[in-house]
Amino acid sequence: MTTSSSPAPRTKTAVGNPRPSPQWWLTLAGAVLLVASAFLSWCYVPALLGDLSIDAYPGGLQMLMVIVGVIAIFFLVLRSGRMPSMDTLLDSARALKALSATAAGFMVLVALVIALQAPGLANANPGLFVGIVGAALMVAGSWQMASDPLVDPITVRLPSWVEILVIVVMMTIVLFGAAFALGQEDGTVFCLFLVFLGGVVTALARGGLFSWISVIAARHRQVLMMGALAVAFLFPFTQNGSDANMSIATQVLIFATTALGLNIVVGLAGLLDLGYIAFLGAGAYVSAMMSHSAFAHIGWKPPFIVVVVIGAIVSSILGLIIGSPTLRVSGDYLAIVTLAFGEIFRLTVNNLDGNNGPRLTNGPNGIPGIPDLEIGSFNFGDTHTILGIPLGRFANYYFLMLVVAAFIIMVFTRLNSSRIGRGWVAIREDEKAAEAMGVNTFGLKLFAFAGGAFLAGMAGTIKAHQDVSVTPDQYIFLESAFLLAAIVLGGMGSVAGVLVGATVLKLLPEKLRFVADYRLLIFGLLLVVMMRFRPEGLVPSQRRALEFHADDEDLADRIEEVHLEIAAEPDPAEAKA
Amino acid sequence: MSTQTLQPTAPAPRTFGAPVLEASGVVMRFGGLTAVNDVNLTVREGEIMGLIGPNGAGKTTFFNCLTGMYKPTEGEVKFLGTVLPPKPRSVVKAGMARTFQNIRLFGNMTALENVMVGRYCRTNAMALTSIIRGPKYRREEAESRRIAQEWLDFVGLGHTSEHLARNLPYGDQRRLEIARALATDPRLILLDEPTAGMNPKETEQAKDLIFRIRDKGLAVVVIEHDMRFIFSLCDRVHCLVRGETLIEGSPQEVQSDHRVIEAYIGQPDEDEEEMVAEAHAQDEAAPSTPAATDGRMKEDRA
Ligand SMILES: Nc1ncnc2c1ncn2[C@@H]1O[C@H](COP(=O)(O)OP(=O)(O)OP(=O)(O)O)[C@@H](O)[C@H]1O
Ligand SMILES: [Mg+2]
Repeated sequence: MTTSSSPAPRTKTAVGNPRPSPQWWLTLAGAVLLVASAFLSWCYVPALLGDLSIDAYPGGLQMLMVIVGVIAIFFLVLRSGRMPSMDTLLDSARALKALSATAAGFMVLVALVIALQAPGLANANPGLFVGIVGAALMVAGSWQMASDPLVDPITVRLPSWVEILVIVVMMTIVLFGAAFALGQEDGTVFCLFLVFLGGVVTALARGGLFSWISVIAARHRQVLMMGALAVAFLFPFTQNGSDANMSIATQVLIFATTALGLNIVVGLAGLLDLGYIAFLGAGAYVSAMMSHSAFAHIGWKPPFIVVVVIGAIVSSILGLIIGSPTLRVSGDYLAIVTLAFGEIFRLTVNNLDGNNGPRLTNGPNGIPGIPDLEIGSFNFGDTHTILGIPLGRFANYYFLMLVVAAFIIMVFTRLNSSRIGRGWVAIREDEKAAEAMGVNTFGLKLFAFAGGAFLAGMAGTIKAHQDVSVTPDQYIFLESAFLLAAIVLGGMGSVAGVLVGATVLKLLPEKLRFVADYRLLIFGLLLVVMMRFRPEGLVPSQRRALEFHADDEDLADRIEEVHLEIAAEPDPAEAKA
Repeated sequence: MSTQTLQPTAPAPRTFGAPVLEASGVVMRFGGLTAVNDVNLTVREGEIMGLIGPNGAGKTTFFNCLTGMYKPTEGEVKFLGTVLPPKPRSVVKAGMARTFQNIRLFGNMTALENVMVGRYCRTNAMALTSIIRGPKYRREEAESRRIAQEWLDFVGLGHTSEHLARNLPYGDQRRLEIARALATDPRLILLDEPTAGMNPKETEQAKDLIFRIRDKGLAVVVIEHDMRFIFSLCDRVHCLVRGETLIEGSPQEVQSDHRVIEAYIGQPDEDEEEMVAEAHAQDEAAPSTPAATDGRMKEDRA
């Protein structure tokens, strides 16, 4: 494959290599101006937009424009034909157009904010206008650029270390991007950051970077996984012991972990479970009732690891009870029964207060005052200092959840690529045919359902300690709906997708009051838009993408091509495993 | 193998082993409609049995009764001497596999994965083993992969193992379905119109394939509308009309029976009459000559 395609880039460089045109120079000038503007003051008012008033010291938002400018310059260099092997991979014209639009949109928004909040454009400094002119020049220059034909990224192989370097760089960007985003207290700045992020991601996607990266990622799965784990692990170290952000990060992680468990049920086995949060709740209640809280009414206080196992088993038994009658009939019934189960769970814990039933849950008051976990001599409530960086209570839980998340991801990926995973795909594709080929359809569905419950129960036991108190209103239908929304948004059956979906759904309301107030409306609209334009989710699994586009021949061909390529050269790490 | 293809209708008198499948008095009613009425069928080891009949005769329904997709209203199906529970999974496990008239592959899986699904009932890695992935699991997984690849090679699709099933040409999809069924290690394989939609060359290959399957010691039941195909392939032919058995016998007996011809002519389509006569004449006159025309007796359905 490599040999057959290598002539393509060569011919391309011979023919291409356009002399830098006036447009090229115009765009370059724009990009340089944009970068330069970041080193000037944009605004007299220091309180606005995280202080853009200092010369020669770019504030947070100005830094974003430096990044846009630098990326634009990178694409311009590509366009001048200086890096032939990359030039054929990336469509610089489309990327530059998107970057220019981003820069222009961003600058205009900043000007608007200054005009409205400073208030008045009189408060703007020359830097702002330099930036606007730069962005305008970029738009003018790039608008007429013609795209060059691209080669299929699958046919291009760069040296392994380059590809791995790309992954590492990408992961580093993710790490600092996440740290930056979380660090923004100001809603307006956060919004502008989202504009920047959306624009740059679009630009890189249009430039073909992501299709290239996805090919690389498929080639180096192991590296990608380790990289992602490393980023997640390093994140608390970027926070300097700030509990505010770590609390959000831990919430996000718990939510994402639960969604990953649900993704086994929904994404792999194809079962619609609308009461998943109840399994999390079951685990949390078990944990709370067996904790040293003054309101825990079970006398037995086993070590935490035993509690985890009990919580998981109780959850999965509930799963078996719900699943075994309903999974024999068609899918819709399961959705209805799980919906009802979620309600039954809420009503039950509301009533097990000693008046109506055994005294276990304290009814609506829940079980407060759950002490922090203590595993060995490690207390999760204490702050520990590692390498001079203090890691507080939330960071401790964050690390613990990270372990659980990694465990669930391992279960997920291993099951997915096993005999059982093949059975699940067969059931999703054609249940009757699967049955006729000897697949135990009922058993596999029940296993997914109860297994998903098991993992949720496990996560729940930790969540109880992290939350300090467990109340019925934490485990309502709405939460199940959000979990499902995270999966649909991110991509069913895809680990990365669910992580993205869960992060978006949990982070936005935390950071933006506006989203928090109207989150049902906004998420509803978001889902409708997704269903219309990208039903397979933001980061879909290949198989799901295929399933959602049953008549898209090109997509099938492309995915098959990637598949063939990967199959032809097995990953050395995979071969060893 | 190739010699068999050359002289398909003049097989040496073959002797068959013990009965594999014994269906007796099978009745299948859908409300007021009796789709299968009191059908008896015995298939022996190493035998190729043809099942013919006009559209709507109940052939597919009969297959569904045999494989546990339907529970017959009356009658019993014995496989290797025991009555099977009407559950597709137990039927497969007992050693009876099938293909479908309208191809039912797992389109978004690769060809190899499709065949590996066929290995499902012969492997037993459960959840914990799949997660821990010890040496036993890896051995079993490698084994299913190897066997699946062997069956793909057997049906002539070895080179397509990593292709998505839905991207394969129609004829290959039919062969892939056969490979998937074979991967379940069956003693009896039921093929529902295995050459529908194939061109004459592919049909010849399919015939060769079925002979090779038979030579592996399997019993085969084939539903087909292509009379030349059926009469040159089968050891015995069973003809259903309106759910009832019309005749069962050797290909010679069946094709010379006037009721069979009438049953087909009785259909409203005009040129089918011609086709029946033509196919019939050809088979009588020069059974081993590869004819240029397609003796298909039914309109092609989607
Ligand atoms: N599930 C069902 N419910 C009701 N009627 C059915 C059902 N399945 C089949 N039938 C009817 O039973 C009769 C036999 O159908 P069947 O599909 O077995 O015919 P066939 O011999 O396979 O025909 P063909 O050559 O067209 O495949 C038809 O009249 C059909 O409409
Ligand atoms: Mg039929």
